[in-house]
Amino acid sequence: MRIGAPKEVFEGEARVAMTPDSATQLQKLGHQCFVETGAGQAAGFTDAAYQAAGVTVLPGAEALFSGVDVVVKVRPPVEAEIDRLSKGQTVISFFYPAQNAELLARAEATGATVIAMDMVPRISRAQKMDALSSMANIGGYRAVIEAANNFGRFFTGQVTAAGKVPPAKVLVIGAGVAGLAATGAAVSLGAITYAFDVRPEVAEQINSMGAEFVFLDFAGEAQDGAATGGYAAPSSPEFREAQLKKFREIAPDMDIVISTALIPGRPAPVLWTKDMVDSMKRGSVVIDLAAERGGNCEYTVPDQRVVTESGVIVIGYTDFPSRMAAQASQLYSTNIRHMIADLTPGKDGVIVQNMEDDVIRSATVAHDGAITFPPPPLKVKAIAAQKPREKAPEPTPEERKAAEAAAFRKATRTQVGLLALGTVLILAVGAVAPASFMSHFVVFMLACFVGFQVIWGVSHSLHTPLMAVTNAISGIVILGALAQIGSGSWLVTVLAALSVLVATINIAGGFLVTRRMLAMFQKS
Amino acid sequence: MLSTGIVAAAYIAAAVLFILSLGGLSGQESAKRAVWYGIAGMALALVATIFGPGIGHGWVIALMLIIGGGLGWYVAKRVEMTEMPQLVAALHSFVGLAAVFIGYNSYIEMARVAAMDETARAALSGFAAIIAHKTGAELSILRVELFLGVFIGAVTFTGSVVAFGKLAGKLDGKAKKMPGGHMLNIAAAVVSLIALIAFLNGAGAWALILMTLCALFIGWHLIMGIGGADMPVVVSMLNSYSGWAAAAIGFSLGNDLLIVTGALVGSSGAILSYIMCKAMNRSFISVILGGFGASKGPAMKVEGEQVAIDTQGVADLLTEAESIIIVPGYGMAVAQAQQAVSELTQLLRSRGKEVRFAIHPVAGRLPGHMNVLLAEAKVPYDIVMEMDEINDDFPNTDVAMVIGSNDTVNPAAEEDPNSPIAGMPVVEVWKARHVIVCKRGQGTGYSGIENPLFYKENTRMFYGDAKKSIGDLLVALKR
Repeated sequence: MRIGAPKEVFEGEARVAMTPDSATQLQKLGHQCFVETGAGQAAGFTDAAYQAAGVTVLPGAEALFSGVDVVVKVRPPVEAEIDRLSKGQTVISFFYPAQNAELLARAEATGATVIAMDMVPRISRAQKMDALSSMANIGGYRAVIEAANNFGRFFTGQVTAAGKVPPAKVLVIGAGVAGLAATGAAVSLGAITYAFDVRPEVAEQINSMGAEFVFLDFAGEAQDGAATGGYAAPSSPEFREAQLKKFREIAPDMDIVISTALIPGRPAPVLWTKDMVDSMKRGSVVIDLAAERGGNCEYTVPDQRVVTESGVIVIGYTDFPSRMAAQASQLYSTNIRHMIADLTPGKDGVIVQNMEDDVIRSATVAHDGAITFPPPPLKVKAIAAQKPREKAPEPTPEERKAAEAAAFRKATRTQVGLLALGTVLILAVGAVAPASFMSHFVVFMLACFVGFQVIWGVSHSLHTPLMAVTNAISGIVILGALAQIGSGSWLVTVLAALSVLVATINIAGGFLVTRRMLAMFQKS
Repeated sequence: MLSTGIVAAAYIAAAVLFILSLGGLSGQESAKRAVWYGIAGMALALVATIFGPGIGHGWVIALMLIIGGGLGWYVAKRVEMTEMPQLVAALHSFVGLAAVFIGYNSYIEMARVAAMDETARAALSGFAAIIAHKTGAELSILRVELFLGVFIGAVTFTGSVVAFGKLAGKLDGKAKKMPGGHMLNIAAAVVSLIALIAFLNGAGAWALILMTLCALFIGWHLIMGIGGADMPVVVSMLNSYSGWAAAAIGFSLGNDLLIVTGALVGSSGAILSYIMCKAMNRSFISVILGGFGASKGPAMKVEGEQVAIDTQGVADLLTEAESIIIVPGYGMAVAQAQQAVSELTQLLRSRGKEVRFAIHPVAGRLPGHMNVLLAEAKVPYDIVMEMDEINDDFPNTDVAMVIGSNDTVNPAAEEDPNSPIAGMPVVEVWKARHVIVCKRGQGTGYSGIENPLFYKENTRMFYGDAKKSIGDLLVALKR
């Protein structure tokens, strides 16, 4: 198949859906690769670099759309682009079919197949093509960098000869992929980082990144992220109230707020109200990653940097990934490449639109002149349901002491009981057995005892050599055979001779193989 | 000719040397010395016996020693380390066989001596002379002793032969029982008991032979009914039996060295069996009776799906990882992948990564089997850890690599109280950041239960023959 990436037409979009690296990988799957001239320029990939990777550079969008079978893009195709598609062609890009119903209908009319990268389900197998996550990751990181750029102080606390600098306090709202990336970046810059999420189960992830989870004092039912495929769902009014109250409480302390709260298919919830912004210190920064959907902050203006009267900077850029075009293109093109790899099961350059496959089915929003959105529910649930976790009550010191004492008493009782039982048994044997037997019996019991004491000390890793060496020394039965071999009866002699033979094999084989094994154990 | 006193002294020295030999196995370095103690003890005992009083047919002894020694040497030189389980089983069968022969000899001698008159008895030497001096009660005890020796020896013999067949792949490794199951074994045991009573009351050779046949049957049928992965318990149990057989023979011959050595070996095997059972959280009885216990309710449903990963993906994960724990299992031995695993370890270590091994006590088909395989492949023993030593380190580990293990890494043992293996201690690989499972296909393990590990979100399945996959991985890593 011929796969081509046009130059993005959206104003300011610097990303590109195919890089020289991803093209190399696609060619390994049996595909031919094309790009529109200058497509990668803004992301730092020159036409020459593409050509060096075996990609054909076409002069314009027209030539590209008519010359390829699969068009890979970043932004949803604009109407002019859709009109260039024809039946049998496939376009792979972000599409947001729920919001772009008209565009979808237009695509359907052309008969082309549309695969929406934003519809890739959140299941383990599809992580490698989860472009929303990879873009959100970049967005979160870039948000912190943008905040640092606008913030007039250090992130990390320092004590210098010129005075003490307190560390910056960063609050991250929403611990999705973007939120976690922002948390990680803020922590590694040295800020004291707090994070909040409506799903309490992410507290562990937040703590693992070195940030502190902001707990709400809220008695109602907390959200279970599993039910919504790992995304947040709208919360109850009471919960929202409790949340805003908490935010109001901590707002004056925060130097930087990065909000990433989004609910799929809805406008962004307002979580950082005007009064909270006003209560923040002069020079503080709010980065609103939800600006494209209205924003979490009431002051947010999409694509604008706003300075409020109280001197707080509110940034509502919507193109964070594009601001890191080289990195974003690299990750996005890899997501695309994985998607195409799944579409090319034979690795022979033939694309199979397997609508039985959960991932492909979910991502395909138009196929064969029909709209295939919304997709049916997944066969596999994205994330296992949360199991209620029971915590064993911590025993008090007294309880522990009592338990230990009880265990000690029990062990003593069993030991004494066993000893008594053993003594009685041996006495019983001694009452009937002749003295000559008892003398051997004493030896036997002592040997068993020594054996038990010694063997417990054997290292686990030497159990095989132990078996081999006990094998060898159990060849000691040879002594019995040796004692009998001189008997007058020929049958006894023959049997004894055979015993000597097999026991010798045992002794020689056992010891030699043990020696061989032990010689292999080496210290590094 | 050495005097009886000298021989007894030599026996004491030999017994001490044997104890030192077993005790020395507490550490890898002292073990290298310990094996020489064992050899010295055995040489001392042999020399003292051969040149002691009452030994005849010197040339037969010499011939047998040379042939037997040669065969033993040949086998020990040739055996592959993956074949250790079957070698150990085969050696057990020899001890069992020797015990049966010696027991029969004792009976024949006893009958011969009993038929003699006083003057002929006085002229006897060696073993026959010992019998001649026994009183009536002592002769009864001798009958019990040799009967027991033959019984244990016969069970050990057929049991070990079957274990050998299963381990060597000459017999089907699955658990098999004749119709009637363990009732047959019990019946055979009861018949043996009746034969013992008859034998004590003066019955002739027929009672002994009948019991021998029963014992041979029990050994064969018992081990046939036990499946492949329970072999660590079986082999250590047979190890124990071979010791008890030697001890029983020692009683019947009145030889203290045999008793001491038999008791040492017997208790060693018993402890090993105990450790193996403990590691599977199963009672000894349930292992011997074969099969896994029934589950107490429906098993937890496994959700999610198995996600495959390719060689390059594994290489990338390993390249980024700083700490790696490899968990080998029987699958590694089957695929003969230990050499490739060792090379992988060397490569990763040379890149400054922390590589360690976690060994479950029942991994493989013999206690300590994995340790020997890794040692053969020149993996240094100080990075090979026991499960208990390393289990706490998984949360701080970047990549856990499971090679050919299944049940020993099954989280159901801890998470699902209804699982047949609930409560069995397992290697907690799933706590690592990433888990790579090297596996041939999507099947279940020996116990036949689903492994939720394969469906965990941080688990990636690396399908294929372990040796080939690791080989490919090495190439990918060196690129």
